[in-house]
Amino acid sequence: MSQPAIAADTKPWRREGARAFISVRGVTKRFDDFTAVSDVDLDIYKGELFCLLGESGCGKSTLLRMLAGFEQPTTGAITIDGEDMARVPPDRRPTNMMFQSYALFPHMSVEKNVAYGLLREGLAKSEAYHRAGEMLRMVKLEKLARRKPDQLSGGQRQRVALARALVKRPKLLLLDEPLGALDKKLREETQFELIKIQETLGVTFIVVTHDQDEAMTLATRIGVMKDGKIEQIGEPREIYETPNSRFVADFIGSVNLFEGTVEAVAPDMMRIETQGLGPVLLPPQGGLTRGQQVWGAVRPERFALSRSKPENTPNAWQGVVEEMGYIGHMSQYRIRLANGVLIRASQSNRLRDEDPISWDEQVWISVQPSAFRVLTQ
Amino acid sequence: MSAGNALTRSAPWRGTAWVMGKLGFSGRSLVIAIPMLWLGVFFLAPFFVLGRISLAEALIARPPYTPLFDRAPDGSLQIIASLENYRFLMTDALYRNAYLSSIRVALVSTIFALLIGYPIAYYIARAPEPKRSVLLLMVILPFWTSFLLRVYAWMGFLRSNGVINNTLMSLGLIDSPIQMMQTDFAVYIGIVYTYLPFMILPLYANLTKLDGALLEAASDLGASPMVTFFTVTLPLSLPGIVAGSMLVFIPAIGEYVIPALLGGPDTLMIGRVLWDEFFSSRDWPVASAVAIVMLVLVVAPIMWLQSVQNRREEG
Repeated sequence: MSQPAIAADTKPWRREGARAFISVRGVTKRFDDFTAVSDVDLDIYKGELFCLLGESGCGKSTLLRMLAGFEQPTTGAITIDGEDMARVPPDRRPTNMMFQSYALFPHMSVEKNVAYGLLREGLAKSEAYHRAGEMLRMVKLEKLARRKPDQLSGGQRQRVALARALVKRPKLLLLDEPLGALDKKLREETQFELIKIQETLGVTFIVVTHDQDEAMTLATRIGVMKDGKIEQIGEPREIYETPNSRFVADFIGSVNLFEGTVEAVAPDMMRIETQGLGPVLLPPQGGLTRGQQVWGAVRPERFALSRSKPENTPNAWQGVVEEMGYIGHMSQYRIRLANGVLIRASQSNRLRDEDPISWDEQVWISVQPSAFRVLTQ
Repeated sequence: MSAGNALTRSAPWRGTAWVMGKLGFSGRSLVIAIPMLWLGVFFLAPFFVLGRISLAEALIARPPYTPLFDRAPDGSLQIIASLENYRFLMTDALYRNAYLSSIRVALVSTIFALLIGYPIAYYIARAPEPKRSVLLLMVILPFWTSFLLRVYAWMGFLRSNGVINNTLMSLGLIDSPIQMMQTDFAVYIGIVYTYLPFMILPLYANLTKLDGALLEAASDLGASPMVTFFTVTLPLSLPGIVAGSMLVFIPAIGEYVIPALLGGPDTLMIGRVLWDEFFSSRDWPVASAVAIVMLVLVVAPIMWLQSVQNRREEG
C-alpha cells in the first residue's frame, strides 16, 4: 500500500522511533484465577483517537480501568507521558474518564457536575464555573446548566459526561462505550461530533467499544482484543483489508473463509487449493511455503456477480442465487455453488434502472486475485 | 392490569365485585379500608379519648376524671372542658424541663447512633455478598432476645460490681468503682444500644444503592477518598440519615423503660413523668395532656422534615 508523504506527521506510529505518549508494557491483570488482561503491549501516540475493540469480557474495559487507576496491573507497567503510573492513585493521574453509565452526580446540577473536577484542583469558584460554562457551550448545553441530570435526555447526559471529563484538560481521556446508550441515529451524529471535539482540543482519546462500525468511524488506530490479548493493532483500513487472523477478519465486517493448502508458489503468482472453491490463483504473499495450511478470506463486496463468464480474472465459479436481500444502497446475496458451498456476496446499487440479478438465477461469481487475503491462523 | 383482567374473568369474583360495586365499594377502596380501619381503631379513637380526658378534671372516682357532659343544677346539659391542664403544663417548670431534657437525650442519642451506625452501615453495604448477609444478620440478631432482657444485661455491665468496673479494677486502672448506673451516661448507652439497628438498617438500604461508579468518577476528577465521602456519599445518603434518625429520635423521646432502669432519680424524661401522673398521682387528665403535648412535639418536626424533603425532591 502506498501512503501519502504527509501521513508521517499525522500518523506517528508509522514513523520509526517515534516516542509513545502512553506505553503499556507486559501488562497482565488477574482476578483470582481469571486472567482479564494477558501480557498486553501497547503504544499510543499524542493526539490519537485509539479504539479498543472487542466483545464483552475480552478485557478491554479492564485495560481502560488500569489506565484510569481503578485497577492495578498484576504485572507490567503503564507510563503516561514518561511518568510511571504504578503508585499514582486515580485522583492524581493526568487522565479523566467518561463512564459507560456516565456516572453523573445525581444531586448536583449540570454546571456543578462539570465544575466538580476544577474545584478539586483548588480553582476559585468563579473561575471554575466560568470554565465549566465554556465547556458546556462547546457541547451546546449552556442553557441546561441549572438542570439536574435526571431532567436530561440520554444524549444530553452523554454530553454532560463528556464535558465533565474534558474540562480538566486531561492528557488522556478514557471513554468507556461513550455512545453505547444512544440510539442509532444520535450515535452516528455524535461520532463525528466526538471526532471534532477531539481534534479541536488535541487531547489523546482511548475509546473502548464493542461496536466495530463505531471503532472504524472514530479511530486513528484500532486494537482488536480477544480473551485478554490484543490480536491486532492497526489503522481501520489495515484491520479491514489485511486482518492477521480469522478472528479479526470475521469480527470486523463480514467475510467468507475457505480452508485450504498452498499448492504452488511462483515469483508472480501462487495457487492455493481450497475446499470450497477448488484452486484459486492469487499474488504471492510472503512467508508461505508449499503444503502449508491456510485460510482464504474474501469480503462479500469483493465478489462480482455477472450473467456471463467474466474475462478479467481466473477465479470464477458458477452458482445459483439462493437468497437476496435489498437494503437500498446495496443488495446482499447468498450464492450456492454447484458443490454445495454457500458464498456471501454483496453488490452496490449504483444505477437506479439496472436489471438486478435476482432469485434462482444462474450466475457467475468471480473475484480478483488481489482481493483474496490468505490467513495462516 | 392483566392480573386484574384475569381476576375479573373468574365468575365468583365478578359476582362479588358487582354486589360490592352496587353498594359503593370498589376493590381499591377495600384495600385501603384495612389500614384505615387499623389506624382508626388503634390510633385515631384512642387519640380522641386521650384528647377528651386531657380537657377534664381529675376526680377520685371511677373513671378518675370529670364527665364531658353533665347536668347543671338547673337541669340543663352542660359541657365541662377546660384547657387548665395545658396551662398547668406550661406553668410548672417540671414539665418544661422534662420535655427539654427528653428532647436533649433523644437528640444526643440520635447523634451518637448516627456516628456509630453510619460506618457500620457503610461497611456492610460495601461488603461482598456472603459476608454482607452475615453482618446484616448480626445487626438484627439482638431482636431475638427481649428488649427488657438486654437492658437488664446492661445493668450487669454498668453497675458498681459489674463487668466493666471489675475488669478495670482487676487491671489496676481504677481504685474504686466508677458510678455508671443511674446516670445519664447509662441512659445514653441504653438508648443508643437499643435503637442502633433502627439507624443502621435504613442507612444500609440507602448506601447499598449507591453506585460505585459515582465514587470512581469523583476520584477520577481529583477527589481524595475523604472529599469523595463528603461531596458524594454523604449528600446522597441524606434520605437514609433522615429515616434512621427519625426511627431513633421518635421512640427515644418517649422512652420509659431505659431511663427507669438505667437512669437515676434526677434523669428527667417525659415518659417517666407520664407514668408517674397516670399511676402514682392517678391524675389522668394531666397525664393525657402530657401525652398530647408530646405527640405534637414529635409530629411537628417530622412534618417539617417531610416537607423539606418533598421540596428537595421537587427542586
